[in-house]
Amino acid sequence: MAPVGGCIFHDCLICLWLCALASISGDTGVLHVLETEADLDWILSTGPHPPYMVVMEAAFFTRSTMVKMKNSSRVAGVAVIKSNTGPTEGFSPHTSCPNQNTGVYTEHYGPELANCNNTVWNPLGNGLSYEDFAFPIFSLKDDNQTQVIRKCYEDHNMRMNGSAPQYPLCAMQLFSHMHAVTDTVTCMRRTDLQNSFSINPEKLCDPLSDFNVWTSIRPLNNSIKGHKENESVVIAAARLDGRSFFWDIAPSAEGTVSSIVTLLAAAQALYPVALEAPPQRNIFFTFFQGEAFDYIGSSRMVYDMENSKFVIDLDNVHSLLEIGQIGLRNGQSLWMHSDPVSRKNTTVNKQVANLVANIKSVASSLNLSLNEPSATQALPPSSFQRFLRVRPVPGLVLADHQASFTNRYYESLYDTATYLNVTYPSDLSPEQQLEYETEAAKSLTQVATLVARSIYKQAGGEDRFLNNITADTKTVAKLLYGFLIMSNNSWFSSLLPPEALGRGSILGLVITHIINTLTSVTRFVQFILANMTGTVTKLNQSQCQNPKDVPGESKDLYSYSWVSGPVSVNGTTDPYCVRSSVHLSKALSPAFELTDYGSREYSTWTESRWKTIRARIFLVASPQLEMMTLGVGVAVLLVSLVVTYFISSKAELLFSATREPPNTTY
Amino acid sequence: MTAAVFFGCAFIAFGPAFALFIFTIARDPLRVIIFIAGAFFWLLSLLLSSLVWFIAMKASNAEDTKVQKGLLIFGVMFSVLIQEVFRFAYYRLLRKANEGLAAISDEETSPISVRQMAYVAGLGFGIISGAFSMINILSDSLGPGTVGIFGDSQYYFITSALMTLAITLLHTFWGVVFFEGCEKSRWWVIAVVVCLHLLVSGLSLLNPLYEGSLPPVYAVTVLMAVWAFFSSGGSLHNLSLLFTSKRSEVESS
Repeated sequence: MAPVGGCIFHDCLICLWLCALASISGDTGVLHVLETEADLDWILSTGPHPPYMVVMEAAFFTRSTMVKMKNSSRVAGVAVIKSNTGPTEGFSPHTSCPNQNTGVYTEHYGPELANCNNTVWNPLGNGLSYEDFAFPIFSLKDDNQTQVIRKCYEDHNMRMNGSAPQYPLCAMQLFSHMHAVTDTVTCMRRTDLQNSFSINPEKLCDPLSDFNVWTSIRPLNNSIKGHKENESVVIAAARLDGRSFFWDIAPSAEGTVSSIVTLLAAAQALYPVALEAPPQRNIFFTFFQGEAFDYIGSSRMVYDMENSKFVIDLDNVHSLLEIGQIGLRNGQSLWMHSDPVSRKNTTVNKQVANLVANIKSVASSLNLSLNEPSATQALPPSSFQRFLRVRPVPGLVLADHQASFTNRYYESLYDTATYLNVTYPSDLSPEQQLEYETEAAKSLTQVATLVARSIYKQAGGEDRFLNNITADTKTVAKLLYGFLIMSNNSWFSSLLPPEALGRGSILGLVITHIINTLTSVTRFVQFILANMTGTVTKLNQSQCQNPKDVPGESKDLYSYSWVSGPVSVNGTTDPYCVRSSVHLSKALSPAFELTDYGSREYSTWTESRWKTIRARIFLVASPQLEMMTLGVGVAVLLVSLVVTYFISSKAELLFSATREPPNTTY
Repeated sequence: MTAAVFFGCAFIAFGPAFALFIFTIARDPLRVIIFIAGAFFWLLSLLLSSLVWFIAMKASNAEDTKVQKGLLIFGVMFSVLIQEVFRFAYYRLLRKANEGLAAISDEETSPISVRQMAYVAGLGFGIISGAFSMINILSDSLGPGTVGIFGDSQYYFITSALMTLAITLLHTFWGVVFFEGCEKSRWWVIAVVVCLHLLVSGLSLLNPLYEGSLPPVYAVTVLMAVWAFFSSGGSLHNLSLLFTSKRSEVESS
């Protein structure tokens, strides 16, 4: 089962924090299954055995119910039984205006567009993920364990003919204690105090941190940071992360995976042609991590570019094309979003119009229709906004929505493969499913081809080579299978280093103090990109890890990874060394570099530390029985004290043996 | 809230034992020593009998519940016999010690009589036996829940505490009666004590049918209390003296 959390902290004026502020010894409550409205009344007002531990069907997991529970003192915790499909009207626990405080629109820049005055991007957003709950909230899969919980409830806690159930009652205890409190500033201050004064410092929270993945068509010297002479770069960007209300559940099929898969397929399609017929400008593929939490990855990359700590700087950036949510196109047109405020400048407007024209010309040859939304509409929440905050870079965001998101389950646990129509016939084996080309795969392949050709054209490549750039549907199908269904498949495993293991959902952020697991999405994208855009070399393992001494290899330009290769029938692998220009760059918010924990400029999200996350069910006895036990015990103790004192004081009288003369003891 | 159950059960199980210890044993260092040594002897008997049971259990088929139940019954009976053997051994040790104590004391007699040693030894056996029965159950009772999710009775903690109380008192009385029987060479007394011990332990195997185990055990406890009272020098005459002197104290005050 998965809980909410870790407690994630933020610093803002209203000090919102999202977490489950549970007690350290667990929260116990009498089980009640919430299936009807009458149950809700029972829990909140009429039930005689508060506090209750609510086990609710997914249909009841709405903002109104959760807020009522939050305000009630009769709820000890909530366990939500997941369902595979979300409510038809949609559900999004994210805010209705994602990242509104760290985007580009402020009262100084496009005030009429700030705070979603112009377009509400996520109208179904109910902000549940940003509420502060004082009790644990777990999610349960609908499996055997959940059946055990239901059975316990049915055996002991059901109401008979309207009368209340009798003790002993079935109860559940949830442990999900979070060490940090209040907000990031407080938590980091306490951590710093611990580090300065305590012999055994205990960290309370950690900043959210992971890595961005980037690569370039023409390799750049990564040891020399700052402005690169005569380099003009077109950036193709996508985000890497997703989230939901619950920890470690972030399928994010439409929200993130659609864009990752498209950009990966575009990179694969573009590389051979770009090597054969290099375009005028360099092309950068970038995947930003941590965008859900106020643009951690993109803000860090822009900060590094501004301060000459990145391989290029903002003067090198020519234009930017970002892939937003594009999975729910359903054969209709794609939309190219741009920023109306920067386009008021004629130079920028001309460059953006040029980019639009390039893309449209490519689209017409592909039978894809593309449109621009109204000229006064804001740019949707995207990593591009962080670039615009610093400089009016010409750029576009590609998406399947004209105004508000088409995604009805944005950043929720229902944004699954099924929602994206990635479904497979039931009689296929996992290996067959891996290769099966779904309709979604075909649709995304078209977009990938569009993106690849547009980028090539934008980078100054010649038109006669455009038709050679085509994305491969089988690759897209395999990527979709790997990111959405099972990452532990033969293709992914062959691209990873030999010490990697398979895991389930992989889209959440990884925190610094956990050793960067080899199965996070960052790593997958890194190695897949290396496989697609790199070359196989003949280096052995020690040379691969240390190529300084090998002639012709350069650690400044390239990165070398030792990957396991395909697993043969009898389980052996044939590892080899891949040379690519795929690099990782740190995605930690600049606020933590500047130790400005209350920053308004940059993301200040942290995650609370926690120790155990578990739950157990048992029976609880009535308080009357417990008090009676205590009463009887105290009575027994007092009576025995009195009687013993009495007897021992009269012992000489009672036990006449002690009155015998001393020398006849025996 | 189940700190209430913890304290309630602890007081029920150890209240009288605690009272007895405070008022009769704690003041006299010699009695404390005999008490601790008695507890140690009981522990030895437990170690030996549990070793035998453990080996038998490991040597047999763990899946077969009938065999395991049979082994448990065998283990209980064997343990009772071993405890009584160790009680006899302790009696012999104390007799030897008594001569030594008499030799080193200023008066020519031992500072403690055999009857007092019998009582202290019995109480030592009783308290350590109670501790080993009850401590694990007490620590479990601190948690938020109670017994019953697999269908067992929810009165488990209380009945365990009551049983422990009975066993503690029984060991005390048996100690008195047993030593008296050994002193007077009345071997039938020893046989009866062993049989009663076997009976009480056997009754505990009837649990969770608490109506079948607790009332008979308490009946045996009362019976043993009366027997021990008479065996240690008490008599109805003394009881009547007690009440008349009380009345005369009341009259004179």
